[in-house]
Amino acid sequence: MSTAEAATGQAAAALTRKPRRSTIADGSTRRSRTFRYLFLLLFLLFVLTPVYVVVVTSFKTASDTTAAAQWSLPETWTLEPWSKAWDVLRPYMIRSLSLAIPAAIISSMIGSANGFVLARWRFPGANIVFAFILFGMFIPYQAVMLPLRTTFTELDVTRGVPTLIIAHCIYGIPICTLIFRNYYATIVPTEIIESARVDGAGLIQTYARIILPISISGFVVTLIWQFTSVWNDFLFALFLTQQNNGPVTLGLAALSGGQKVDYAASMAGALITSFPTLLVYILLGRWFIGGLMAGALKG
Amino acid sequence: MHGRIRTWGPGALVLLPTVLLLGYFVYGLIAWSFNTSLTDRHTARKGPAHYVGFENYVNLFGEDRFLNSLKNLGVLTVAFIVGTLIFGLLWALLLEKGVTGEGVFRSIFLFPMAISMIASGVVWGWLLNPSQGDDARGLNRLFAILHLNFLENPWWTAGSRWTTMAAIALPAVWQMSGYIMALFLAGFRGIPPELREAARVDGASEFKLYRYVLFPQLSPIALSALIILGHISLKLFDLIYAITGPNQFRTEVPSIYMWNTLLRSDQAKAAAIAIVLLACVAVLVIPYLSWTARQEAKQ
Repeated sequence: MSTAEAATGQAAAALTRKPRRSTIADGSTRRSRTFRYLFLLLFLLFVLTPVYVVVVTSFKTASDTTAAAQWSLPETWTLEPWSKAWDVLRPYMIRSLSLAIPAAIISSMIGSANGFVLARWRFPGANIVFAFILFGMFIPYQAVMLPLRTTFTELDVTRGVPTLIIAHCIYGIPICTLIFRNYYATIVPTEIIESARVDGAGLIQTYARIILPISISGFVVTLIWQFTSVWNDFLFALFLTQQNNGPVTLGLAALSGGQKVDYAASMAGALITSFPTLLVYILLGRWFIGGLMAGALKG
Repeated sequence: MHGRIRTWGPGALVLLPTVLLLGYFVYGLIAWSFNTSLTDRHTARKGPAHYVGFENYVNLFGEDRFLNSLKNLGVLTVAFIVGTLIFGLLWALLLEKGVTGEGVFRSIFLFPMAISMIASGVVWGWLLNPSQGDDARGLNRLFAILHLNFLENPWWTAGSRWTTMAAIALPAVWQMSGYIMALFLAGFRGIPPELREAARVDGASEFKLYRYVLFPQLSPIALSALIILGHISLKLFDLIYAITGPNQFRTEVPSIYMWNTLLRSDQAKAAAIAIVLLACVAVLVIPYLSWTARQEAKQ
């Protein structure tokens, strides 16, 4: 996993590192610098255009969404689309929260234990086990969806939040294991573990006394990553749940689907459902990038 | 021997639950799906099914609808990868020397990654409205406002396979380019500054500096990016579902076709489509995984 390792460990740090100023002229003239800003602003517009659309449309009244007025600011600002979307989405939001938080915590904890063993408490065949785990994060989930549904039915798991928690925990183990394995391999010197072993510390003692206290940033990365992917998941939601017990992506798809779409309410709904992950991104962006880099192996 | 087991035994024990869980939920369920794909279970009816060998696969590859979905997927993948690599690399190039406000640009370029594809699909469905002329809506209306009427087009609703799938790739490019930018940016920052300075001292032009010194250093990252994007594209589902709905022949890809087949309760055929999809991902990912594993072993 050399690339993955480079990616998790150093790259996240490298990304936020300031470029070192060259002592020799770096070949950029004032004109090229102006061009660079011009291009950057142009791309900024490209990325932010949908944001403008979603925000502006969400405050429009139904009569205000004519073709000609699509790109103008609202004639009269209204919160009606927001309250309509909120009324529809509220139960879904609650389900998504009660699903994403435990799923993120459980798979992070499993990932941490696995990652520690695979990085610093290795056993014969550990590499094969790692590859065995890793493959799980690439599979298209369609390939397991049908029998997964049957399994949940046979095990009599309540449809809805419980099924999704179990599914996300299990299929989240590979990425969490990868992130923690790379994290411990970068941050924990082998000597510390060896001297602890010489002192007679067992696996659990070593993990609890040495590893766990320095795992906080690893946990922040996996918690954010898992929370975001569980929150944004649609595939498991569609296959395993229904409107009356499904998460927020399913609610949004229902709100914005159908024959006669209320665009204002759909846009407000898109903003409402994106709010938690956006908040996490804005507050903890640095760690979000850390997860992305580790996820360099995942989609 | 006994002593050695005592040292690595606990480690193996920690991983045992994960191995058992993934053994069942990844490998076991894939085997189950594969098994279903070899039967004549074409209805929801319970009861014994008969083995028909590879008949379902033979039928799939002789069927226009499936071949259409494969071709759509191929075009989508090319358009998506090319678009994302161009944008990602361009943004990284524009940012890598360090510009004032780099953090702001970076955060904005990356933020679509935090949004669910259902939410972005709501907005892009609105933007990619096919109406033109006086009734133009979405991006077409924006083109008219900017006097760029020649850019107005029916997006995914008419035209060739290439224009159709390129229109579908556009939102995916919008969503994923920031990720590729982050990867490349981290790559640029990881190159020792001495390399640049040495090249400049030798009088290399900016173009030659990038072409012969910097880009070769980035080739491992480019390969990772290619694999990541490829497997994201193969699995793309939510975005198409949200923008065009699942029932569009024009934009149907295997992941969507599998869902439609399942809705008609044809389990054997749905399983066969899923297994073909899995095979595509495996062909892409397994060589890459073993390549990185070998690179790591060399270090």
